[in-house]
This record gives sequence, C-alpha cells and structure tokens, in this order.
Amino acid sequence: MIMMSEQKKTKGKLKLNKVTKNDLITYLMVVIAYVIVEILLKTGNLSSLLQGLLVPLCTYVILAVSLNLTVGILGELSLGHAGFMCIGAFSSALFSLGLKDSIANEGLRFFIAILVAAASAALCGILVGIPVLRLKGDYLAIVTLAFGEIIKNIINAIYLGVDSHGIHISMTDTMSLGLEPDGKVLIKGAQGITGTPHDSNFTIGVVLILLSLIIINNLVHSRTGRAVMSIRDNRIAAESVGINITKYKMIAFTISASLAGVAGALYSHNLSTLTALPKNFGYNMSIMILVFVVLGGIGNMRGSVIAAVILTLLPELLRGLNNYRMLIYAIVLIAMMLFNWSPRTVAWKEKMAEKLKRTKKEEV
Amino acid sequence: MKMKKLVSLLMVAALSASMLTGCGSSNDAAGSSDAATDTTAEGTENAAGGTLKIGGIGPLTGAAAVYGTAVANAAQLAVDEVNAAGGVNGMQLELNFQDDECDAEKSVNAYNTLKDWGMQMLVGSVTSGCSIAVSEYTKDDNMFQLTPSGSAVECVQYDNAFRVCFSDPNQGLASAQYIGENNLATKVAVIYDSSDIYSSGIYEKFAAEAANQPFEIVSAEAFTADNKTDFSVQLQKAKDAGADLVFLPIYYTEASLILSQADKMGYAPQFFGCDGLDGILNVENFDTSLAENVMLLTPFAADATDDLTVNFVKNYKDKFNGETPNQFAADTYDAIYAIKAAAEKAGITADMSVSDICEAMKAAMTEITVNGLTGTITWSADGEPTKEPKAVKIVNGSYTAM
Amino acid sequence: MSFISYLVTGISLGSVYAIIALGYTMVYGIAKMLNFAHGDVIMIGGYVVFVAVSNLGINPYVAILISMAVCTVLGVVVEKVAYKPLRNASPLAVLITAIGVSYLLQNVALLIFGSDTKAFTSVVTMKNITLFDGQLIIPGVAVVTVLACIVIMIGLSLFIKKTKAGRAMVAVSEDKGAAQLMGINVNGTISLTFAIGSGLAAIAGVLLCSAYPSLTPYTGAMPGIKAFVAAVFGGIGSIPGAMIGGILLGIIENLSKAYISSQMADAIVFAVLIIVLLVRPTGILGKNIQEKV
Repeated sequence: MIMMSEQKKTKGKLKLNKVTKNDLITYLMVVIAYVIVEILLKTGNLSSLLQGLLVPLCTYVILAVSLNLTVGILGELSLGHAGFMCIGAFSSALFSLGLKDSIANEGLRFFIAILVAAASAALCGILVGIPVLRLKGDYLAIVTLAFGEIIKNIINAIYLGVDSHGIHISMTDTMSLGLEPDGKVLIKGAQGITGTPHDSNFTIGVVLILLSLIIINNLVHSRTGRAVMSIRDNRIAAESVGINITKYKMIAFTISASLAGVAGALYSHNLSTLTALPKNFGYNMSIMILVFVVLGGIGNMRGSVIAAVILTLLPELLRGLNNYRMLIYAIVLIAMMLFNWSPRTVAWKEKMAEKLKRTKKEEV
Repeated sequence: MKMKKLVSLLMVAALSASMLTGCGSSNDAAGSSDAATDTTAEGTENAAGGTLKIGGIGPLTGAAAVYGTAVANAAQLAVDEVNAAGGVNGMQLELNFQDDECDAEKSVNAYNTLKDWGMQMLVGSVTSGCSIAVSEYTKDDNMFQLTPSGSAVECVQYDNAFRVCFSDPNQGLASAQYIGENNLATKVAVIYDSSDIYSSGIYEKFAAEAANQPFEIVSAEAFTADNKTDFSVQLQKAKDAGADLVFLPIYYTEASLILSQADKMGYAPQFFGCDGLDGILNVENFDTSLAENVMLLTPFAADATDDLTVNFVKNYKDKFNGETPNQFAADTYDAIYAIKAAAEKAGITADMSVSDICEAMKAAMTEITVNGLTGTITWSADGEPTKEPKAVKIVNGSYTAM
Repeated sequence: MSFISYLVTGISLGSVYAIIALGYTMVYGIAKMLNFAHGDVIMIGGYVVFVAVSNLGINPYVAILISMAVCTVLGVVVEKVAYKPLRNASPLAVLITAIGVSYLLQNVALLIFGSDTKAFTSVVTMKNITLFDGQLIIPGVAVVTVLACIVIMIGLSLFIKKTKAGRAMVAVSEDKGAAQLMGINVNGTISLTFAIGSGLAAIAGVLLCSAYPSLTPYTGAMPGIKAFVAAVFGGIGSIPGAMIGGILLGIIENLSKAYISSQMADAIVFAVLIIVLLVRPTGILGKNIQEKV
C-alpha cells in the first residue's frame, strides 16, 4: 500500500510539471492571439465585425472557463451560469452609472466595477450554493436552472431610483418609487439599465482572461483543488479521509460564480443597454456556455477557450448564408458533438493518430 | 488516455485552423465583393450617380422574428420601387439586411458587419433595446440612423438618430387622453408585458396620465416573455374588478390569445390597444369575429382605401407569399421614402463620406414632409416624428375610422 | 368563486404540462438523458395538425393521427441519427446534442412556416360548462385536456405493467447491461420509448394549441422547460410523478399569478421547485437510491 502511494506521489509530481507546462501553453496561446490581433488592429487589417467581436469573445471565454471549473473540476452540472453573469452585469452597471460623475477616472471606476461584480456574484454564488450543493446530478442541474430563471425574473421586476432622499426600490413600476422630481431612475424593470459607460476594451478583456485562467489553474493544482477533484471522483472516499465536502464544493462553486460575474461586468460595459432577456441571461445562454465547455472538453481549460472563440465566431461568419444561418449552425453543432464524442469516431481518430505516429517514427 | 487527449487537441487545433482559414477566406470574400461593388459603382457612376448603400438590422430568427421579417420585406419592397422609378438623385439604392436575433450584442455585430460592407445609412434596429445599443455606435461613427420601430425614448437620444413610429410615452398619453375624452369607460384594466420595453413604456405613461382623466385603473396585471400563453388569471382579475375596458398595450400575437381566452370565459369588455395591435386581423386562420369592436390607435390600416395603401398592400402580398403587411412594414416603407426625400433635399451623392451624409441628412430631415402610409409625417431635430394617430374600431372584420 | 376558477384553469394548464412531462420522464427513465428537443417535437406536432386541418381540409381527428405518426417517425429518426451514436458517451454530450436538435427543429420550422403567428383552430368541439348561474365557467378544452391526461397516464401505466415491451422498458431503465443479458433488445426498447414519447408529444401539441391557439416556431420551447421542471418536481422517471408534478405546477403557477404577482409567477414556481427538492431530493414520487460505498 505504502509503496503504491509512494509511486503515485512520484507520478503525481511528474504530472504536475507536465501540467504546469500545459498551463503555460494556454497562457502563451492567449498572449500570442492578443499580439496578433493587436498587430492587425494597428495596421488596420481587422474588419469592423471582428473588432466589435473582440470584447464579446473575451466575455464568453471567461464564462466558458469559469463554468468549466464547476462542470469539469467540481463535476457538477450547472445550468444557471448566466444567472451569475446577470448579477455581475447589473451590479457593476448600476455602480458605474450611479457613480459616473463621482469617479472621473474611467480605469479606476471600471476596476472597482469589476470588483463589485465579482463580489456580488460570489455572494449570490454562496446563497445559491448552500441549497444547491446538497443535491446531486440532474436534480442539481435543474435547481441551478431554476435559480438562473429566478434571478432573471426578479431583475426584470426591479425598479430602482435615486433622489435627494436616497435610494428607492420597487417591484411594481416606476410610479411607485415615489421619486422627487429631480430623482433619476437607474433600473427600469424590463427596460433595464441604459447609459452604462463604454469602459470595456480588448486589452482589459484579455487581462481578465489571463487572470481567470491563472486563478483556476492555481486552484486546480493547490491542495484545495485536489480536494475538490477527489470529491468529484469519489465523494464517499473523499469524505472518509476527512475532506470537508461542503466547504470545498462551496469554494469551487463560489469562485466559478464570481468569475462569471466578472464576465458580466465586461459584457455590460460593452453595450449601452442592459436588459435581462431570455436571450442573453436566460437558460439559453447558460446552455450556450455549457456547449463551449462540453465541446472544448470537460475539465480542459484550453479547450474551453478555443471552443468559446469558435462557436461565438461561427454564427457571425455564417451571416452570408442569410436565412439558413442558424440552421447550418445547429447542424454544425450536432455534427461536432457526434464527431467529438461518438465512440466510433473516437476509435477512428485514435487509429488515425496511431498511424500518424507510426509514419512519423518511420520518417525519423 | 493520453493519446486520446492529444488527438482531441489535434482535432480542436485542426478545427480552429479550418475556422481561421474559413474566417480569412470569408473576409477576403467580403473584401472582394466590396471591391466588386465598388467597381460596378464606379462603372455606373458615369452613367448614373452610383449606388447608395443602406443597411438594415432586425430580428430575422428568434421569437421576435415576425417583426424583423416584416421590416426586411418592406424595406426591400420600397428600395426596389425607388430604384425602378429612377432611384435617388440618379443613384440606385442597395439594401443589406442583417439578423440580430433581438439581442443587443448581436445587433452591434450586425452593425459592424454592415460597416464592413460599406453601409452609408442605417435603417434599424427594429426593436428598442437593440436600437439604443446600436445608436451608441452610430453616434461615434456619425452614421445617419433612422429606426422604423424603435419606440423607447432613448432610441433617438443622439441627434443622428430619427424614428418613424411614435414614441412609447406618446402612445400611452394619447391612449389615456382618447379614452378619457370620449368617455369610453370609467373602470379600466390593463394587461401588459412587463418584460417588453415597448409595452411597459406605454403602460407607465398611461398609468401616469390616468390620474388626470375621468377613469380609474382598477387592475393592472403583467405577464412576461416566459409566460405568455395563459392569460386566464389576468382576465379573471379584470373581470372581478368590474373593468368595462381592457387596455392592451401589447403586440397582436399575445392579443389574439387574450381575445380568444376572454371569449372562452364569457368576458366581453371593450378592448383598446395601440399600434402593436395592428396586424391582429391578419393572423393566419384567426377568427376575426373575436376582434369585433376592438379599438386601436394606429397610424396605419392595411385595408385603408387610399391608393398608396392599396398599392403597397397589393405589392407586398404579391411579393411575399400573400402575407399582409403590418404596422412595422408600413413604418419601414415610410422610412425608405423619408430617406429618399431627405437625400434628394440634401443633394446626397454616393461618393460622400458617411459623416458628411449624416450631417446633410440631419438638416434635411427636419425640412421634409412625407406623405406616407402612416400619415403625413414631419420630423423635429430631436428625431421625433409628428403624425396623427388614427383611432379605428374593428367592425365586420375590418377597420372603421372613429 | 374566482378561486375555483383560478384552480380550474390551473389544472387545465397543468394537464398540458403533465402530458409533455410524461414524454420527458419516459425518455429520461430509460435513456437517462434530458431530451431538450421534446418541446420542439410538440411544436412540429402542432404545425402538422395546423397544415392538415387549415390548408388541406382534413378531418381534425384524422389530422391528429397523422400528426402522431409524423412525430413518432421524427422522434425515432432523431434518436437513431443524433442520440444513438452517443449512447456510451458522457451524458453531457448527449444533452448538448439534444440542444442542437432543438435549434435544428426550430429553424427548420422557421424556414418552412415563417415567423408569423398562426391561429390554431381548436380541435376540441366540446361546449363550455356553466355553473352557478354563469359565475363559474369551465372551458370545454380544459375538461378534454384533463381527461386526456388521465387516460394517457392510465394507459401508459398499464402498458408498462402488463405488456412484455413495457416490462422490457422497466428492465432497461433499471439496468441496461443486465437487461441485455436477459435477452432484451435494448436498442429496440429505447427506440420504442422515443416513439411513444414523441407520439405523446403530438397529442400534447394539439391540446396545447387548442387551449392557447397560437403557433410559432418557438411555441414548444417554454412549455418544454416547464414540463421538464414538472417531471423533476414529481420525481423524474416516475409516470404518476409526472402527472402530479405537471398539475401541481399548473396550479401553483396560476394561483401565484392571481394572488402574489403576475410578474413573478415564474420565479415563484421555480422557488417552490427548489424547496420541494430540498425536502425531497428526488422529487415527490422519486425513488431514493442509496449510494453504496
């Protein structure tokens, strides 16, 4: 027994080094992509469409990576990730709009806004996590979906205004706020928040991607991360060696939620209108993020980054097909899933790789 | 296991590579088509005045597709008509309509796509949220923007943006005043879509104005985009509150359901709606007797008998599988003709820069008068149209002026 | 009196959810997958009846049979093409594929039928029932929906308990491997489940559109999600559970709309779901499986 664990340890160490290298490749990939895009930007070779897509791409990459922490590392299926993004988006937009005049420095204001988003989403993550993480499997999934929908529904019904008497909140309509004539309505229910400053940019987005990747990778390789993964692989075994299941599940879930909040801040500061529609913060979006994670490989951060980029670009690049655009997108999605996951194609891919390897060896 | 990972990585890499090349080639394609249209433009410039590129944005897929499709169709119809009649200042118009799925982010993507295409003016977006998001960008680029149907106040907050439809508060106000002045009711119930900007915008102003009018709002019930099939509760509440008029500041899709459910429960108050209700008689297979006596304030009626409307409806039906144009289509048709009038007034030429066009159009818009499908329209510099809403009542399955 | 009226419409709405939830629950019980495309099969079922009745002038009852046939074939084809190759892959991969199928069906419908709303002619001809001098009106379609729901539930329960194919379904849902060793055709059984589930979806589509007569390519999406919630509510995999879950969901939704807030009805429904799952982690009638070390 002892020998085996000893062996495992050495194996683990070896793997760790390899894993670190693997992480570095991911960081390097992001940096190289950034440099290439910046060069293209500076030389004016990037189309307006792609320029406009840069910040959304960063948003979706962060979302995919953060969901991968829940799905891949913690091993729980969450269908409510867009809810946390929604919280982050609205809290940071409210902050920026409310203090637009008080904090003149854009960079500082956006920095604080991101912190606000991360904190409020993390808080929400804790609140949601307490009940949710007691459940298992598909039941957990449906409850996260339910929470996502509740968040969206409540945000759609909130009216918030400020006047000289302070902040007024109502759940019915603007009139019931009872604002003074000089008052300003900040959140107008379904009409959401209008006039968020345009503070997001590509550089900030890339910095945030790198930060998210570093946070997640460090977590995964830490003692905490190993505890989380042991829960994923065998909960009972993990419990029997004294791992506090609830605590570690909670840590992973909260970090995942707060990163989604950061992505929300990036999203809301890129558009001047923010409304919680089924389209952008409903379960559809949660599922879209899940698609990135599954297609990129569960637990594979680099895969999530690549899949998020590809699947966000795909419908935009298909614009030439007009009416058939979303149809083709659906077909490509199904085909990609079948190709990536079907046991038969997996076997075929392995065989091809084997052949490739052999020919390479022969060449050498 | 390791092998599998490596292979899947390879796969992803190959995929992304193919995507990148795909992206590159599509860019090239866009570039070359740009070049192609440029050359044709130059080629025809000597003969005529070149082409003026008009972009359009609206939802062509997703739950709001019905509105975007109407706008895209009507815009194409109007552009074809203008071109057949010799174009604008000798220039031909070219329309490129992009889908935004009713999502602000996708709308900005669509805007950027159109910019790459070489758009010189924008007709859109169709929905308010998208229109506001895009106006942030048109302001920065100083691109002339005319939204046919973005009715929220903020849609035209910048001076480069104009609209054809009424603003939401304007409709709420007009409806409340009309009901009050004509003593249509003393107890009013409202059923509105709280998740929709258009609907909640009208409701708010309506409720505020109701205080000054001789009627009382006895029940105001909302529904949301996720919960818009069953209205029995909202109707029951209106009925229990004794409302003799139900105000429906919503679109006809939901209104048709409300009418049929009210009929099922034997509740027959006076129904009153805004321009969103226009189109209800043309829902395929809808039992129009349910809509009997419904009143609505709308600037457009598809069965009006003036030549302009008759021709428009006929051409639209011929071109698009017998579909009857709705309010959105009419506003768009007027939008294209407003652009034509303003461009002629301002003497726009195809080789002017986007910003120059915008400046010239901004000035010209306030000077023109368009005799359109939705009435005689003039614009003020703040982008708001001035036109008369018509109150109509549905009698024997068609609109009758009141 | 209005309370009873809210209750009646709630039960009627709930019965539609229940029929849709039956399809979800059957497929989940056997294939262990969340078939997100189920709601869109309902929409297709609705369109088939619409075209048959309104455009081709076919008798409504024949149209329902045609629609059931079309949906059954559709369900089986989708299963064969999109889900079967992934039978041994991660359940998540199947979930995503199902979402792909859902997008596909929506967009195919959008291309064929266009985006504009179609008003569905109710195939239910039963008159409204008026009680207490017109104070309470029970719509005919509500009665038919509830009856249909009960008949389908009893029929399905009998089918599963009494027939060989039904018992094969139970066996496959308990243990696929063991069932195969016992000589049960696992693939055939799964196909049969999809066929029955999709056939039910056609009926649900007709009833949904008869009660709420509007039809768009996105008609099935939200009822699909609600029915999914209903299935989980009652204990996913359990047939009486789906029925109870569906009806309870309809009642809660309508009563919270009536007495709490019509804007927040969905939030309340989902909140109740969460509370139920916290008290009974596998739903009202769900089996509690003990985890073994």
